[in-house]
Amino acid sequence: MAVEAVSTTLGSAPPPRRQRLLEDERWLAFALLVPTVVLLGMFIAYPFIRGIMLSVTNSRVGVEGEFVGLANYYKVWNDSIFRTAVYNTFFYTAVTSVFKLALGLWLAMLLNRNFRGKAFTRAFILLPFIIPTVLSTFAWKWMFDPTFSVINWTLYQLGAITGRINWLGDPDLAMASIIVVNIWRGVPFFAISLLAGLQTISPELNEAAAIDGAKPWHRFWYITWPLLLPVTMVVLLFSVIQTFADFQIVYVMTGGGPANATHLFATYAYQIGVGTGLLSEGAAISLAMFPILFLVVIVQLLYIRRVEVR
Amino acid sequence: MAQVVLKQINKFYDSVHAVKDVNLQIRDKEFVVFVGPSGCGKTTTLRMIAGLEAISSGDISIGGQVVNELAPMDRDIAMVFQNYALYPHMSVFDNMAFGLKMRKFDKSEIVTRVNHAADILGIQELLKRKPRQLSGGQRQRVALGRAIVRHPQVFLFDEPLSNLDAKLRVQMRVELKKLHQRLGTTAVYVTHDQVEAMTLGDRVVVMKDGWVQQVGEPLELYNQPANKFVAGFIGSPAMNFSTVTVTERDGGLTAVNGGMNIVVPPHLVDRLKPHANQQMTLGIRPEDLRVANGSDPAGLSFDSKVEVIEQLGSEILLDVRVGDGTMVASVEPTTRTKIQESLRLAMNPARLHFFDAKTEAAV
Ligand SMILES: Nc1ncnc2c1ncn2[C@@H]1O[C@H](COP(=O)(O)OP(=O)(O)OP(=O)(O)O)[C@@H](O)[C@H]1O
Ligand SMILES: [Mg+2]
Repeated sequence: MAVEAVSTTLGSAPPPRRQRLLEDERWLAFALLVPTVVLLGMFIAYPFIRGIMLSVTNSRVGVEGEFVGLANYYKVWNDSIFRTAVYNTFFYTAVTSVFKLALGLWLAMLLNRNFRGKAFTRAFILLPFIIPTVLSTFAWKWMFDPTFSVINWTLYQLGAITGRINWLGDPDLAMASIIVVNIWRGVPFFAISLLAGLQTISPELNEAAAIDGAKPWHRFWYITWPLLLPVTMVVLLFSVIQTFADFQIVYVMTGGGPANATHLFATYAYQIGVGTGLLSEGAAISLAMFPILFLVVIVQLLYIRRVEVR
Repeated sequence: MAQVVLKQINKFYDSVHAVKDVNLQIRDKEFVVFVGPSGCGKTTTLRMIAGLEAISSGDISIGGQVVNELAPMDRDIAMVFQNYALYPHMSVFDNMAFGLKMRKFDKSEIVTRVNHAADILGIQELLKRKPRQLSGGQRQRVALGRAIVRHPQVFLFDEPLSNLDAKLRVQMRVELKKLHQRLGTTAVYVTHDQVEAMTLGDRVVVMKDGWVQQVGEPLELYNQPANKFVAGFIGSPAMNFSTVTVTERDGGLTAVNGGMNIVVPPHLVDRLKPHANQQMTLGIRPEDLRVANGSDPAGLSFDSKVEVIEQLGSEILLDVRVGDGTMVASVEPTTRTKIQESLRLAMNPARLHFFDAKTEAAV
C-alpha cells in the first residue's frame, strides 16, 4: 500500500490496474451493483423467465414437454373455473381492500389519541399480523365449522338462527368467510402503517383548523385525509398486490371449494400446476396475473408521484 | 373586539400544577404579553384561552361571556402558532380562506377579505404558492393573514417570532405593533423574550412556575419590579444583586457587605427600618452605575476591579469584581480602562432596589 500511495502521489508510474479500475466510477458502480443484480437475477428474473418458458410448452410433472405456443393460455382462457377465479380475485381484492382501509383508518385514528394503555393496545392490535397466517387460518376454519363452530353456537344461543349454517359449504358464504378472515388479518397492517402516517401530521394543524371553525368531519376531510393520502396509497398498493396473489387463507379454509367456487389466481394455479401436475398450464395461470398487477402498480405509483409533487 | 377576563385559573396535568391561580383582566384593544422562563405556563394559559386545553378550575370570559365550555371555533378568536401551522397542502390563498370557508362566507366576500389582508401584509404575489415555497418570514405573514381575515374578537400569539432570525424578528415586531395599532384587536402574546415583551406589550404579565409574578406596563416593571425575579428578568443586561446587611448608623441606615458601604437614600429609610440588622438583597441595574468622578459622596460609591470589557459601541459593559462578588456596569463609550485596573463606581441613589432576602419581595 505504501508503495502504491507513493507512486500515485509522485504521478510518475501509472497506478496499478486494480486501483485504477476502482477509481473509475463506472467500474465501481458496476462492482457495487453486482451482488444485487445476481440476487435479483437468481431469485426473481430467472424464475420469471423460466415460468414464461414453461407456460409455452406442454410439460407436466416428469415430462419434459415441447413448444406449443400460446395453447396453454388459450385453454385457460376458455376454462370456466379460471374465469370464476379471475372474477373471485377481483371481487376478493376489492371488497377486502375497502374494508381494510376503512377499518384500518378508523383504528389508526383511535390509536392516535391519548389514552391509558395506548402502547399495550397498539401492540395488541398487531397480533393477527404476527401470528403465522396458516395457523390463524386453521383457527378460523374451526370457528366456521358447521358442527363445532363457535360462530354457529353463538348465533344459536342468541336466537338468531335455528339450524346450522354451513359456512364453508355454500359458495357465497364461503367467499364471505374468507373475506372476513383476510380483513381480520390485513387490518393491523393498515392500522399501524396509517397510524405512523398520522403521527407525522402535526397536531397543531388540527388545532388551527378547529380554531378556524372546522368541525371534526371537516378537519378529517380537509386536513387529515389529504395529508395522509400518500401513505394511504402506498399501504393500499402493498395490500392490493398481496391480496391479489393471496394463497394461504383460501388454501386452508376452502381449498378453492366448494365446487371450485372460491378459487383465486394463486390457488387455482397451484391446483392445476402442482395438484394435477399440469406444470405448464399452472404457469400460464400464474402469469395471467402479471399484466394486471403490473398495471395496478404503474397506476398507483403514478398517482403517488402526483400526490407527492402537489 | 372584547375584553378577556381570567378568574382564578388553574391547570393540572395529572400531578403537574402548570398554572396557578391566575387572575387577569385584559382590556378591550389591549396588547398583553405573557413573558417568563421556559415551562412557566405561558403556552398553557394561552391554550386555555383558545379552548385547546381544558381549564382545571376557574373561569375565562371573552367579551363578557364565560367560554369555559365553548369549543375553540365558538370563541371567536384567532391563533398564530410558533411553527405557523400552515396547511401544507393548500395554497397561501386557501390557507387564509379556510376559516372563512368553514364559516360559510360568500365566495366574493372571501376573495375581498383575503386580498385585503394580503395587501396589508404585502403578500399579494405569494397567494398561489404553497407554504413550503415560502421563507420563514413569509410564512409568518401568511399565518398572520389567516388570523386577521376573520376579524376575530381576540388574537392569540404563541411565540410567533421565535423561529425567525434576529434581524427579521425585529422587523416583524415592528410590523406586529403597527398591525395592532391599525386593527385595534385585543391581543394576547406569549414570548420568553423580555425585549419583545417590553416593546410590544401595553401591559406585560411576568410568570414563573405557574404563578403570575407581576402585571404592569413595561416601564412599571422596569422601574418598580415587585420582586427579585421580575427585577432580574426584565432588563438587559440583568440587574446586579448583592447580599447586604442593613445596619443603623448615625441616625441613618447603611447597607454593608465585603466591598460596599452604601448609605441608604432618605426615600428608602422608612421602608427599610423594619429590616434593620437583617440580610437583604440590594439590586442595581448596570445602566444605573457609572464611573465615579471624585465629587461623588463616599456613601454612594465603591471600589471595583475590572475583569472583562465588552465594547458594544454605544456603551461599554464592564464585568467588575466588588468584594467577593461580581457586577456588570454599563458605562460611557468614551471610558478608558484596562483589565485588572481598579475603578471607582458610583450609583444612582434614586434607582436602588432592596428585596427581602427570604421572600424576595421588593421593599
Ligand atoms: N400536555 C402536557 N402534559 C403534562 N405536562 C405538561 C403538558 N403541557 C405542558 N406541561 C407542563 O406544564 C408546564 C407549563 O408548560 P407550558 O408549555 O405552558 O410552558 P411555557 O411557559 O409555554 O414554556 P416555553 O417557553 O418552553 O414554551 C411545564 O412544566 C410543562 O412541563
Ligand atoms: Mg410555550
